[in-house]
Amino acid sequence: MSIFDYTLKEIQAKLHNKELTVTDLVAASYDQIDRVEEELKSFITLNKEAALAQAKQLDQETNDTNNPLFGIPVGIKDNVLTKGLKTTGASKMLSNFDDPLFDATVVEKLNDAKTVMIGKLNMDEFAMGSSTENSAFSTTHNPWNIDYVPGGSSGGSAAAVAGREVFFSLGSDTGGSIRGPSSYCGVVGMKPTYGLVSRFGVIAFASSLDQVGTITKTVEDNAHVLQAIAGQDPMDQTTVAVDVPNYQDTLKDGVKGLKIAVPKEFLAEGVSEEVKQSVLDALKVYEDLGATWEEVTLPHSKYAVAAYYIISSGEASANLARFDGIRYGHRSENATDMIDLFKKSRSEGFGAEVKRRIMFGTLTQSAGYYDDYYHKAQQARRLIKADFDQLFEKYDVVIGPTTPTTAFKIGEQIDDSLTMYANDLLTIPVNLAGVPAISIPSGFSAETGLPFGLQIIGKHFAEDTVFRTAYAFEQATDHHTKRPNLGGAK
Amino acid sequence: MNFETIIGLEVHVELKTNSKIFSPSPNHFGAKPNENVNPIDLAYPGVLPQLNEEAINFAMKAAMALNCEIATHQRFDRKNYFYPDNPKAYQITQDAQPIGSNGWIDIEVDGKTKRIGITRIHMEEDAGKLIHSDDGYSLVDYNRAGTPLVEIVSEPDIRSPEEAYAYLEKLRNIIQFTGVSDVKMEEGSLRCDANISLRPIGQEKFGTKAELKNLNSFSFVQKGLEFEEKRQREVLLAGGEILQETRRYDEQTRETVLMRIKEGADDYRYFPEPDLMPLYIDEAWKERIRAEIPELPDARKKRYIEEYKLPAYDAMVLTSTKEMSDFFEATIEAEADIKQASNWLMGEVSAYMNKEQKDLSELALTPAGLAKMINLINDGTLSSKMAKKVFAELVENGGDPEKIIKEKGLVQISDEGQLTDIITKILDANEQSIEDFKNGKDRALGFLVGQVMKETKGQANPPMVNKILLAEMKKR
Repeated sequence: MSIFDYTLKEIQAKLHNKELTVTDLVAASYDQIDRVEEELKSFITLNKEAALAQAKQLDQETNDTNNPLFGIPVGIKDNVLTKGLKTTGASKMLSNFDDPLFDATVVEKLNDAKTVMIGKLNMDEFAMGSSTENSAFSTTHNPWNIDYVPGGSSGGSAAAVAGREVFFSLGSDTGGSIRGPSSYCGVVGMKPTYGLVSRFGVIAFASSLDQVGTITKTVEDNAHVLQAIAGQDPMDQTTVAVDVPNYQDTLKDGVKGLKIAVPKEFLAEGVSEEVKQSVLDALKVYEDLGATWEEVTLPHSKYAVAAYYIISSGEASANLARFDGIRYGHRSENATDMIDLFKKSRSEGFGAEVKRRIMFGTLTQSAGYYDDYYHKAQQARRLIKADFDQLFEKYDVVIGPTTPTTAFKIGEQIDDSLTMYANDLLTIPVNLAGVPAISIPSGFSAETGLPFGLQIIGKHFAEDTVFRTAYAFEQATDHHTKRPNLGGAK
Repeated sequence: MNFETIIGLEVHVELKTNSKIFSPSPNHFGAKPNENVNPIDLAYPGVLPQLNEEAINFAMKAAMALNCEIATHQRFDRKNYFYPDNPKAYQITQDAQPIGSNGWIDIEVDGKTKRIGITRIHMEEDAGKLIHSDDGYSLVDYNRAGTPLVEIVSEPDIRSPEEAYAYLEKLRNIIQFTGVSDVKMEEGSLRCDANISLRPIGQEKFGTKAELKNLNSFSFVQKGLEFEEKRQREVLLAGGEILQETRRYDEQTRETVLMRIKEGADDYRYFPEPDLMPLYIDEAWKERIRAEIPELPDARKKRYIEEYKLPAYDAMVLTSTKEMSDFFEATIEAEADIKQASNWLMGEVSAYMNKEQKDLSELALTPAGLAKMINLINDGTLSSKMAKKVFAELVENGGDPEKIIKEKGLVQISDEGQLTDIITKILDANEQSIEDFKNGKDRALGFLVGQVMKETKGQANPPMVNKILLAEMKKR
């Protein structure tokens, strides 16, 4: 058994008993990185020296057994600011952003919990993409088969957990960027309710949709990590003043009597047969556990992808406008005047997908287009949210697949934007509605051996119900115990 | 052909909150470049705006003082444009749901009162400042970036440059009384752009307007509009066409100069600011702010006329600034005579302020000092001539008038015995003058009074000197 197979709670016990030290944990992370990083390319920046020094220091302290995160090696998606540690958003634009002035609120919270920062994880540039092929630095590979993408945009975050390079990671999810990669990489990925976790210090993609979330190997661990980062933040006025319940209190309460809704749109055209079957198999497990399910409809979900690309690209076009070469980031050396400086810095600094979204977002917000596109998209968003609200009057959770297929091959879709965008078909409605959703491992393709992900969606701030539902399935199955075979070369 | 002039003004007012509208950086004028900035003001990656409640309250106060309706539901929008002084490349402003609308103020021109409508007032953030250096580069100072602003847009109700001037004076006066801004054009805490167009009298449709910028004082606003009124009239009379232009006022030539011709409206791609929640301002909040608005200049003016029986002119001058008005009221509070307090403030005090180019708050004079001095004049301790000396000391160095009088030996001699002794001595030495007086030469009396004043260094009580002189001469 590998050190990475322990839960966070088990590690705390071993630290407490002195069976393990924090230095052991951190060294294990870097050993595994040495072994598999060449294949995976999960990281943009490593923090080895500082992490080992911190581990040494933490070994002088007594861990608080009530704090499940003490001394735990973590990786952070590279759009989350870490004070003094390079943060690039996987963009050439910020390839020189070596010394961020402050920590994101979520990083501050992890620091308070005394986790150890292993490094910054690869992603699609500014979180735009579904494959991590849009990184300006490298393409991350799927740990289950390195010819395949890990999903995106938090591909590094999912691959690093699946590849046992870190014990858990943080990602961000705007239209499925945590759940998609978690599904493709066979790990547990949670996109919390919009407003539960602070976005302060997270490089904004689409402000009304972005949410930081947690990627772990198990549901229990996931609940521990979310517990640590959730809560209202005065620095982010879109965070909501809610009492965050202790997720562990209800985690193991089971699903007897749980009412599950299964939207027929989630099992319709575009979703592969084997993925459909994996969901039906999962529903059978829930039935056996005492839950009931019914087929329902999310009538406006057909507008979700279009509405999402209009809203997210519109917000992104404004959010990324600050990268102008004046105060920080890439500045063109060939500029002749002010306007030329803006144009060249941005043309050189942004990758193709980011430019495509900026152009698209700018167009749909322009005079003469706003009403037909941006305004309509906002209306569709309200209808989609209302669809979910209605379901949650009758049902506890909504369940479906996380992605229409298992992971695809690297290079297979990168030149076909619309096919690429359709990968997020089933995760996007969740962001538009602002509700929480988790993706958990739910089996493997007989054909490719790649993992399936089951998506469990709850109502606003019902993360406890989502975790409880996910935990019951996880404990009744053994998908989460399977490990990819990596580092064969070494 | 005769034309009617149509003017609308857009006024930006900086709110003097302690910190900026979306960050905790200090908000004050005169710091070293880029001293009052933090990552939020510089639009670092990952930062988010934190709306400052004080800014909302100040903006609401201004809107209420300008008789606006206050929106219960408000939101912020992003106004997108690239410029180095605009760090996010969008300005957070209120486009669709401004804090105030449908307001008005009354102005007075040629003794007539006229109501000017206020279309809307909205909150937004100020930009930084570009400093152009000689080597072809420009430097950016972000101190001002994020200073809370309100933009006050008038209806096109203004019909002359003179009315525009009166509108600005009144607007400044009202805002200044609310205490939410310094409203100093020279420091940029009040800025004005003007829209002006002409139309033939009787025509309903507005003519094409020009927008005037770089109007750095109220009188430049008036002069720029006067020039523009004349220019447009000449173009129209010559059969020409007015283009939709932005023009800059040149202070040297006193002319407006073309900056650019606008083709269609600029597209700022306004959309709702997703980083801030919509603002809900309930009645209780509104009432709390309404209760904080002090008595405004028009109400004070009216009270000075009705209650204090002051002439309208006095009431107007005294309420022209809140400082003056508050000083006046404090002087009365310290039991000074109302009319005399008014006279001193409008006369000697204002003259001194003009001469020294100082604000009232920069003078050493206090309301208590002024009141005491006035009372010492009234009880005969000070002659008006001596009062001027005391005032000079009070205004320069402050202090207690009674103490100043003693230190300078300025007390008026009103002791009958003491005066009689002095007068007897003077009469003894000037028998010829007594003779002259008795022979009907009135000038002799003046000479004798002068001698007494000389002897007493001007401190003798003049009415008593007269009385005793006459009595003593009679005896001889």
